[in-house]
Amino acid sequence: MVEFKDIYKKFDKNEVLKGINLTIQNGKTTAILGPNGSGKTTLIKILLGMSHPNKGDVLSNASSIRQNWTYRKNIDYLPQIANFPENIKVKEIIRMIKDLRNQKTRDEELITYFGLAPYLNIKLSNLSGGFKQKVNLVLSLMFDSPFIILDEPTSGLDPVSLIKLKELLKKEQSKGKTILITSHIMSFVEEISDHISFILDGKVYFDGSIDQLKSTTGEPNFEYAIANLLKDNHA
Amino acid sequence: MYNSFVFFLLVIHTNLLFAQHQIIDVCKNACDFKSVQEAVNHAQPGDSIFIKKGVYKEHDIFIDKKSLHLYGEEGTIIDTDNKGYGFKIEATNFSLENLTVVNTKVSYTTDYAAIYLFKCYDFKLRKITLKNAFFGFLIEKSKNGLVEGNTISGSGSTEANSGNAIHLWDSKDMVVKNNQVFKMRDGIYIEFGNNNVFENNRSYDNRRYGLHFMFSNDNRYSHNTFTNNSAGVAVMFSKRIIMNNNIFEKNWGTASYGLLLKEINDGEITHNTFRNNTIGITADGSTRMTYYENDFIDNGYAVKFVGGSYRNKFHKNNFLYNNFDLSYSGGLNDNSFDNNYWSDYTGYDLDRDGYGDVPYRPVKLFSYLVNETPESIILLRSLFIDIINFSEKVTPVFTPENLIDQQPLMRKVEW
Amino acid sequence: MLKILKYSFFDLVRSRWSYVYFLFYLLLSSVLLFLNNNISNAIITLLNVVIVLVPLIGTIFGVMYYYNSQEFTALLLAQPIRRRSIFMGQFLGVAVSLSLSVLLGLGIPFALYGLFQSNVIFDFLILIVVAIVLSFIFSGLAFNIALSNSNKIKGFGYAILLWLFMAVIYDGAFLIALVYFQDYPLDQFTLFATLFNPIDLSRILILLKLDISALLGYTGAIFKDFFGTLTGSLVSLGVLLAWVLLPSWRMLKVAQRKDF
Repeated sequence: MVEFKDIYKKFDKNEVLKGINLTIQNGKTTAILGPNGSGKTTLIKILLGMSHPNKGDVLSNASSIRQNWTYRKNIDYLPQIANFPENIKVKEIIRMIKDLRNQKTRDEELITYFGLAPYLNIKLSNLSGGFKQKVNLVLSLMFDSPFIILDEPTSGLDPVSLIKLKELLKKEQSKGKTILITSHIMSFVEEISDHISFILDGKVYFDGSIDQLKSTTGEPNFEYAIANLLKDNHA
Repeated sequence: MYNSFVFFLLVIHTNLLFAQHQIIDVCKNACDFKSVQEAVNHAQPGDSIFIKKGVYKEHDIFIDKKSLHLYGEEGTIIDTDNKGYGFKIEATNFSLENLTVVNTKVSYTTDYAAIYLFKCYDFKLRKITLKNAFFGFLIEKSKNGLVEGNTISGSGSTEANSGNAIHLWDSKDMVVKNNQVFKMRDGIYIEFGNNNVFENNRSYDNRRYGLHFMFSNDNRYSHNTFTNNSAGVAVMFSKRIIMNNNIFEKNWGTASYGLLLKEINDGEITHNTFRNNTIGITADGSTRMTYYENDFIDNGYAVKFVGGSYRNKFHKNNFLYNNFDLSYSGGLNDNSFDNNYWSDYTGYDLDRDGYGDVPYRPVKLFSYLVNETPESIILLRSLFIDIINFSEKVTPVFTPENLIDQQPLMRKVEW
Repeated sequence: MLKILKYSFFDLVRSRWSYVYFLFYLLLSSVLLFLNNNISNAIITLLNVVIVLVPLIGTIFGVMYYYNSQEFTALLLAQPIRRRSIFMGQFLGVAVSLSLSVLLGLGIPFALYGLFQSNVIFDFLILIVVAIVLSFIFSGLAFNIALSNSNKIKGFGYAILLWLFMAVIYDGAFLIALVYFQDYPLDQFTLFATLFNPIDLSRILILLKLDISALLGYTGAIFKDFFGTLTGSLVSLGVLLAWVLLPSWRMLKVAQRKDF
């Protein structure tokens, strides 16, 4: 279980997070949503220890992540933009990350699953955006960790790959893994997640299940329900 | 008829000489004498003394106003055993040849010499080897002598406990040639001596100067080599010295130079090579000197003026790869530096007359700065110095107008 | 950390720029040795190049590598690895690969030339050591600059400025101070001013080993007296080490607090 406790974060004068309190429940898939620039990625980076909150703390299994790095052994993270060292081949980066983490992997399985086998000897700089994203997916999911964080996992993927990703995630859910995602594809979010956390103006504006969201806003359609949240705010 | 008569007279004369003059031999056994001094005492003027091989423990051998011809053979050694002079001679028309004199006494008060000449005229010192000499040849108030083919070396480790190899005092019309002198204080030293000639000598590894002139005018030295001395040659307070075809090299050290000119004028410096010296020539108050067709190669400074120097003329010299071609402090008037070859010159010659169309300034800004503030030498070889040298070259501000080669040569001078 | 070092190192070693850098030194020292035939002169010319170029390339390479590998760094940051290891590893990767280019570029021609039989081996060794230390110092400083400036253009600007300051401006100010205060005894000042700029210190350390040091005259004698002693060697070594360690320490401190 991961708990965000009263997280504040500002970049220069721009206050992005103004007191986030949020609990990510074990075994559930939580989607963090919000308009562009609302601080979704920042929140994830704070969870990963890549950014430091100005105030507040993150608890992973009830202990603070400050000055700690070992908890990341249990996290698979898919970054938003996949940019890799240029001079390096696909199989080399996979080998490299495996070597660095030194944990059990299922890379072979994922490579076959995403059809990357013919591309293993190609340099990353020569791959298209979609394939880079697939490599990205392999890299982040291959450790089979109990906690998965996906920042915009759908970007660049063609419909077939998108379906494959969904199926894979459903399998992971059935294994009881905890998943945290951000995405702009609402149908994807609706299909995959149990729980929605909507961030607006640096605060958690809504936190509950999809059904709760629909009933609160009175909109039967998920996408409209989200839009409604935004509209209400502006009114 | 006339010719044969002259020949007849000559033969008679020679026969008479041989008839009159004896050859006395000296050796340990079965000779006329066992000691050199005894032989000298008993000899008649004009006699020859042949000292056969062997070691003679003798010192202060005194030849008093007798014209004698002493000669030895290979292995004839006079060992003075650190007890005073080897020979003391006051005579005319004599010669010493093929001798070895070793172990001269070292003293801080008396200038003991292996061979000491006083008021000698018309003499020859040839093929003499001096080892462990304090002073080698100490020649005073003498005239018209020949010093040739000798080898003189010392053992003194400092300037204070070593003397000069060939020391001329108040002597004139001497010819000193084909000698080798090393590990002494000065290789050759001349004080108050005029009209002497020094040729083909090799002077090296000396504690002070290879060759040293004091208050001596109208001398010439040519075809000598001065290597690895504390300083090559010092010419001080002297006039009209001719210096040509000498090699000054490897006089390297913080206070070293190839040639020092101090308070001298009207000399000629021609066809000399200055190579690998910290300073090629240090000119301290030298006037009306002519520098013609010399090579300055790989020196720290090629020429360094430290006192006022006037009306000197540098013409057709080669300045090759020196750290600094020219440096000066003090007055520099009426000097001319035209028509030399400078390896640092980067100008062009559009009209193809062999002279660069752009003047060359041999004084770099850095050498000017170092003269003003000696500590700034510590920036030697830094990028900043390269930059300011370059900018000074493009737009001269500090280097004086009269230090210019208006027509630098495009090709090296061959001489 | 060693793993990161290894990957950064191999990443750089395979890049075109490393080859260019290596080949440049290879060509330069070959030409100097085989055309000039004078090892002492070759070392002096190399000294001139090394003290200017090594800092310049070190800073530029350092900054460039940091900015180019930002995304990869982000990827690493999400992994269960200490931050210290990531940045130390990358910095050492850059420094080691640069050092290797210099070492091989200068070393191969010298070895072929038969340097190991000649007595200038120590002059040459000190040149190599200085080149390596300068590589470490300036890539470390570059990492500091890049870490503190997320704007690449600014970062490059500061990096060039740093190099310009160390290689040129410092000496200019030094010279002005010398000329301005020439009526005062300047030996101590000269010694200190030289000691605190790694480029000047490196230059002097090499010059003192070469014949050319005779040109330094009286000032050079003072320097020789100082650097010749054990204290002097320890102090100069200490200063050079401090130039490596202090920036590394600051780099780690900044990296620890930085948001990515």
